[in-house]
Amino acid sequence: MINIVCCIKQVPDTTEVRIDKEKGTLIRKGVPSIINPEDKNGLEQALLIKEQNGAFITVLTMGPPQAKQALYEALAMGADRAILLSDSAFAGADTWSTSLTLAAAIKKLDYDLIFTGRQAIDGDTAQVGPEIAEHLNIPQATYASGMILKDKGLVEVKRALDDGYERIEYAMPLLITAVKELNQPRYMKPSLIFKVFQRQIEVWTKEDLEIDQTQLGLKGSPTQVRKSVTREIGGAGEVIKTNPKEAVDILLKTLNKKKLIRSQVIS
Amino acid sequence: MNPSNAILIIAEHREGNIHPVTYELMNKAKQLSEVKNNPVQVLLLGDLVEQLAKDLSHYECDGVFYIQNPQLSTYNTDAYTHCVTTFIKETHPEIVLIGATAQGRDLAPRIAARNKTGLTADCTALEMDENGTFLMTRPAFGGNLMATITCENHIPRMSTVRPGVFAKGQRSDTTYCEPVKKEIDFSDIAIRGRLLETIKEKKQTANISESNVLIAGGRGMGGKKGFELLQKLAELMGGTIAASRPVIDQGWVDKAYQVGQTGKTVRPRLYIACGISGALQHIAGMQESDFIIAINKNEDAPIMKIADLAIVGDVHKIIPEMIARLES
Repeated sequence: MINIVCCIKQVPDTTEVRIDKEKGTLIRKGVPSIINPEDKNGLEQALLIKEQNGAFITVLTMGPPQAKQALYEALAMGADRAILLSDSAFAGADTWSTSLTLAAAIKKLDYDLIFTGRQAIDGDTAQVGPEIAEHLNIPQATYASGMILKDKGLVEVKRALDDGYERIEYAMPLLITAVKELNQPRYMKPSLIFKVFQRQIEVWTKEDLEIDQTQLGLKGSPTQVRKSVTREIGGAGEVIKTNPKEAVDILLKTLNKKKLIRSQVIS
Repeated sequence: MNPSNAILIIAEHREGNIHPVTYELMNKAKQLSEVKNNPVQVLLLGDLVEQLAKDLSHYECDGVFYIQNPQLSTYNTDAYTHCVTTFIKETHPEIVLIGATAQGRDLAPRIAARNKTGLTADCTALEMDENGTFLMTRPAFGGNLMATITCENHIPRMSTVRPGVFAKGQRSDTTYCEPVKKEIDFSDIAIRGRLLETIKEKKQTANISESNVLIAGGRGMGGKKGFELLQKLAELMGGTIAASRPVIDQGWVDKAYQVGQTGKTVRPRLYIACGISGALQHIAGMQESDFIIAINKNEDAPIMKIADLAIVGDVHKIIPEMIARLES
């Protein structure tokens, strides 16, 4: 039986995020928290392996206490063990510090395969997976859109590239970052939903990890956010209501002014 | 060796050609270098890449370095990370820039972690302020937020940039420097992962994420015929067609062209949305576009609210008119 660790992240559903135009801030109130979609693809793949080959699945997340909700959902989908890394010292971590913290937790577990999503919808960096692999000194298969377990501990992964795909064979242990084409994540099992809330979610703090504490959280992060501004979208646009000929006139002139078209076509 | 203070670009090449993002980064690096006079250097990895290194030296820079080895003939995370890290440890560049392609996004985090430094992904703006602080700006929260990131206490400061974000420089007939071959010891790297097969997908399915001009159609285009019109317009404007989810569901165009949460995220210089109402999941995939034009019968459609230029009208009249004007 193989041991699988799935790293998941609880994220705000960014499709529901709105901007407070007056304050220029994000309105997070009422925005649902979900398991990052591609992390769920990773978890689904682990569950498929468990069904076909047998596996023990540990789900791991780092976040505030409310991130337990994501772990309960993972347990109700069929994961075996859930661990929350939660400590005020972890807050504000960038991808370097996050990956180092997750890797320190994974070092305490048995693992043959590690799944992460390609990227989280709130940060879109696609860095945490490969950085965990580097900290653990294991290979990475990023952008996995397909995979098969072979004999002798080998794994074949189909990697989605910009202009096609490639098939690569790795020996375990291996870290895989999942893209949404990998599979269709299942829903929670009704029979498990009620049971999971009787389960204990293990909470690990910095004291549980062997890690250089100067590397944790905001203080341990090489990158810092200097400023963040909401993007000005909407409201500023010009609305044209006229006949097609004049509309095209205005359109082409605008394109020309913005240097989005060769100027000789305007005459 | 003393820190070189360089801005280092990791070149990318495919099928014997330098990827355009490499030239775009070289050009941007040249602008960044003006404040502190940083040398701009390019590192190229591969097998038999001497000619490609020469090609690079025709674009403004202060140094081109290349590492040649049969082990580098195809991209491999371990071999590339080893070579780039060895080069970084030897030359101590201040900044490392990498294209945010599938390859660059696989490589960059690995290099950042090995060099114990920060990395900022998918930057849409890079600046050197008057104090010489390197500022990296990127979108977050599904494009709702623009964050400016610094990496002050670690070097190299690393970022990836998507293709097409910056303009490429002019090729000069003369070379700016003589490419220098670097020798790297390959004996102690474990290359894990055995490439079994690479499949290139047909060129016809253009990569919409890398196109500067996207002519996107929605349900309002009415059918495959409507997309033939958009195809024609796209050709005239040097762009590519794209589509919203209902169009894919109807089977009018291939899924490779889908923009949105369940399709691709695009940020072209120009996005023309034709007959697209602008469901949230679509907007999430295209709101990064520099300039958005929406053509729609319904003035109240959500897409009209985010467009820089909203044209209220019938796409079946406006698109043919545009084609006629561009053809004349």
